[in-house]
Amino acid sequence: MTRPGWTPSPVQVDRLAYRRRQSVRSTAVAVASTAAVVAVAVLVLTSSPGWPRVRQSFLDPQVALESVPRVLEGLWLNVRIMVVAAVVILVVALALAIARTLRGPVFFPLRAAATAYVDIFRGLPLILVLLLVGFGLPGLRLQGIPTSAVVLGGLALVLTYSAYVAEVFRAGIESVHPSQVAAARSLGLSRGQTMRTVVLPQAVRRVVPPLLNDLVSLQKDSGLISILGAIDAVRAAQISTAQYANFTPYVVAGVLFVLLTIPLTRLTDALARRGGWAGATSGLAGAGELR
Amino acid sequence: MTAPSSTPASGPATLPGSADRSGDAPLLDVRGVRKAFGDHVVLDGVDLAVDAHRCVVLIGASGSGKSTLLRTVDLLEEVDDGVILLEGDDITDPRRDADADRARMGMVFQSFNLFPHMRVLDNVTLASRLVHRVPRRAAQERAREMLERVGLADRAGAFPDELSGGQQQRVAIARSLVHSPRLLLLDEVTSALDPELVGEVLDLLGELKAEGMTMVVATHEMGFARHVADEVCFLHAGRVHERGTPEQVLGSPRQPRTQEFLRRITGAGRA
Repeated sequence: MTRPGWTPSPVQVDRLAYRRRQSVRSTAVAVASTAAVVAVAVLVLTSSPGWPRVRQSFLDPQVALESVPRVLEGLWLNVRIMVVAAVVILVVALALAIARTLRGPVFFPLRAAATAYVDIFRGLPLILVLLLVGFGLPGLRLQGIPTSAVVLGGLALVLTYSAYVAEVFRAGIESVHPSQVAAARSLGLSRGQTMRTVVLPQAVRRVVPPLLNDLVSLQKDSGLISILGAIDAVRAAQISTAQYANFTPYVVAGVLFVLLTIPLTRLTDALARRGGWAGATSGLAGAGELR
Repeated sequence: MTAPSSTPASGPATLPGSADRSGDAPLLDVRGVRKAFGDHVVLDGVDLAVDAHRCVVLIGASGSGKSTLLRTVDLLEEVDDGVILLEGDDITDPRRDADADRARMGMVFQSFNLFPHMRVLDNVTLASRLVHRVPRRAAQERAREMLERVGLADRAGAFPDELSGGQQQRVAIARSLVHSPRLLLLDEVTSALDPELVGEVLDLLGELKAEGMTMVVATHEMGFARHVADEVCFLHAGRVHERGTPEQVLGSPRQPRTQEFLRRITGAGRA
């Protein structure tokens, strides 16, 4: 890049040449080291004594191809559950987070309930919540309680994830500087107006990357509802596995889940980078731009 | 702007001082205000009276209580003792609507505190729309007037971080003025600005003073204190240590503490 009236000094020319040499060299090193690692991994895998049998029972191309439609059908259920649950979770979690910031004696029960809720559901393993909700709730035989495994599984996901997401929202709310609140209150805005127009918009913007992270996690955890009998991707893979007496459908389901989450994780990274998070930059950049 | 009613229970009884607003009662009357944070006493019985259309400048070292005094007046901190009267109303009375009382005053902060997620125009209209229930169109018209007033009409659509520090502070002043406050509180509003941007903000404050705005200004700008203030108060150890005209306090301070403070901030001699 030369501007009129400026020719790079010999020092600069030397620096540029050096940097060019260095970047060619680092690309070469990266290619070589990647090839070496992959070669070693493949070698270790294929030379292991059980490899032929593992390949036969986990990586059978014929079984993979035949099980894909069924697993995909199951995955579509996972996607639908994930989307619906995510919407409900965001609403419930925001309500929980706001409830925990309420002041005044009137709101004590609400505040205490929200705190207790978050404490309990953050501590309970999701699989226990699924079992308790999935088999306990219908056991009550109350009218109006759904018995569908999909609905109950979705409910369990909402119960657990709301607690996590509420904490993300609360962290965002607390990250907004008190001077913003002071400025809003000094204009005469009430506590509620300040929360709604000044604190929450800034808080939500800040927590979008961690929220998406929880969404990715929800996407894969939606596979756990298979234990209640819902025919999602995991369950469909299990059925195919039994049918072919071959584990390949599990691998198929795994690959599909990964493919499903990759776009969301990339979006998370991109948003985080836009937000200026140094930790979100790609590993290829090494320790950043500085020498 | 009409003064908000106090407690609904007050009935027909008139509030002390609310009737003689045009009389001799000061617009702001701070009496014996105390404020401590934990064991640290910041305000130790401050008395301060400000008449309408006057500009009182608070000077004093960091930690002398200038900011805390302004924040207690704006009801952003609760006083531990003492009373604060605004146009005769005891605004420290917990039975009063503090939001309505805050809306009678404007406050400008050292670090601007603009809302970063809102455009300049929305920063300025927010209080009009939410607190004073002005329709959007009218609020925007008024906001544009105020932005014109501070010389930033052309930046209405910008976000705060696209403006220079001086411009941001002028927007903050417009935001505090938009609902015609009875009293303007300014907390070291030029301390976060680059030296060449200080002038544009101080000039604006001088104009506001000339238009009759009542102001309490915490500042280290002795030039401003000398030229614009009607009264200068030197705060020390949580009290008003010395007060008087700018000529007297800045020119020939009586108290040794004041002399020492002025010597320190102006270097060797007096600027």
